[in-house]
Amino acid sequence: MEDEPLILAFCCHYCAYAAADLAGSMRLQYPSNVRVLRLPCTGKLEVNYLLTAFEHGIDGVLVAGCLEGGCHFLEGNLRARKRVERAKVFLEEIGLEPERLEMFNLSSAEGPRFAKIVGIMSQRLAKLGKSPLRPDCQTVHQNIQAMTDQADAALAGAKHDCCRS
Amino acid sequence: MIVADRKNVREIRAMIQNHQRVLLVGCGTCVTVCLAGGEREVGILGSALRMALRLAGRDQVIVDQVTIERQCEDAFIDALAPRVGEYDAICSLACGAGVQALAERFPNTPVYPGVNTQFIGILESQGVWTEKCAACGNCRLGQFVGICPITRCAKRQFNGPCGGSRDGRCEVSPELDCAWQLIYDRAKALNKLDELEAVVPPLDWSTGLDGGPRKVVREDQCIAGLGPNA
Repeated sequence: MEDEPLILAFCCHYCAYAAADLAGSMRLQYPSNVRVLRLPCTGKLEVNYLLTAFEHGIDGVLVAGCLEGGCHFLEGNLRARKRVERAKVFLEEIGLEPERLEMFNLSSAEGPRFAKIVGIMSQRLAKLGKSPLRPDCQTVHQNIQAMTDQADAALAGAKHDCCRS
Repeated sequence: MIVADRKNVREIRAMIQNHQRVLLVGCGTCVTVCLAGGEREVGILGSALRMALRLAGRDQVIVDQVTIERQCEDAFIDALAPRVGEYDAICSLACGAGVQALAERFPNTPVYPGVNTQFIGILESQGVWTEKCAACGNCRLGQFVGICPITRCAKRQFNGPCGGSRDGRCEVSPELDCAWQLIYDRAKALNKLDELEAVVPPLDWSTGLDGGPRKVVREDQCIAGLGPNA
């Protein structure tokens, strides 16, 4: 698993996330190296989300939104596509392959298509290889520890505030 | 507002190539509104720059980011001042005024521009900004029914239109409106066509940039006893 390229999938709640769910219900097989992250709409996506994912060493990112014309919020998926294109320009300037990032459109009824999309990205990344920005295991553990400490501190602060009020 | 546009990551990387600790400073005023140098754009550039440096084998370079309310006013730079000592260079994503304000405030720290300052303009539609004012220092908009021929006419003609006006468009580019067509149409709508009969003398450019950097002094607002140099 550690050797496989890791894919982050930003999925719209109204289509791709449901399609991923359907793919699971249908017992469809698709590569296991994808991590799904639900968004209320792909229009929520900003360029910095995408770049931050790559900065943290993710090997590929797929953005899956509704079919064009079918966005629950009218044009969120169209905006997302433009932001994906802009992020690709940044990746090219940085020196990272823009192909590591791709946007797809599908409907909530397309479980098989979700599985296919993950397959397409997985194959593409198998060719591109792991991201040169992928941190070593020690750094990953350190980052996780730092985030855990930060969350603990925030929670402790919240509890403290709660007690005071 | 002042409108700016982003610089290529490669250009910024080249500018900071001799530095080890770089602070990206965003500005919360004009460049935030025109989506060139606000908190989000500073975050994007920060991520991009860190990745570019790592890919170039310069993992050890530290790139941090901060955004202050306004870079062109010294009082707002106070919030930034305590941190600057930790860095050996600053990359400012403010307009040219902000970059220079930081350079004046921190004489021992190199300051680099992170955006290309373009013009004084307005938001025409979402994501589109257009130039409207050349800051000539001697506004004549009253004579041209509120449409500036200096900024919006490619020839800066005060007595137009020229022969290159075609179907309301400028000969320079079919995408450009002919400023003089706009002036004529608006004057007609306002029933002020007769005002365009007069020959307008050339602008007094002594108020423009040719005389060196300009200064506006409001004596009544200056701190008593200290004058404009306070």
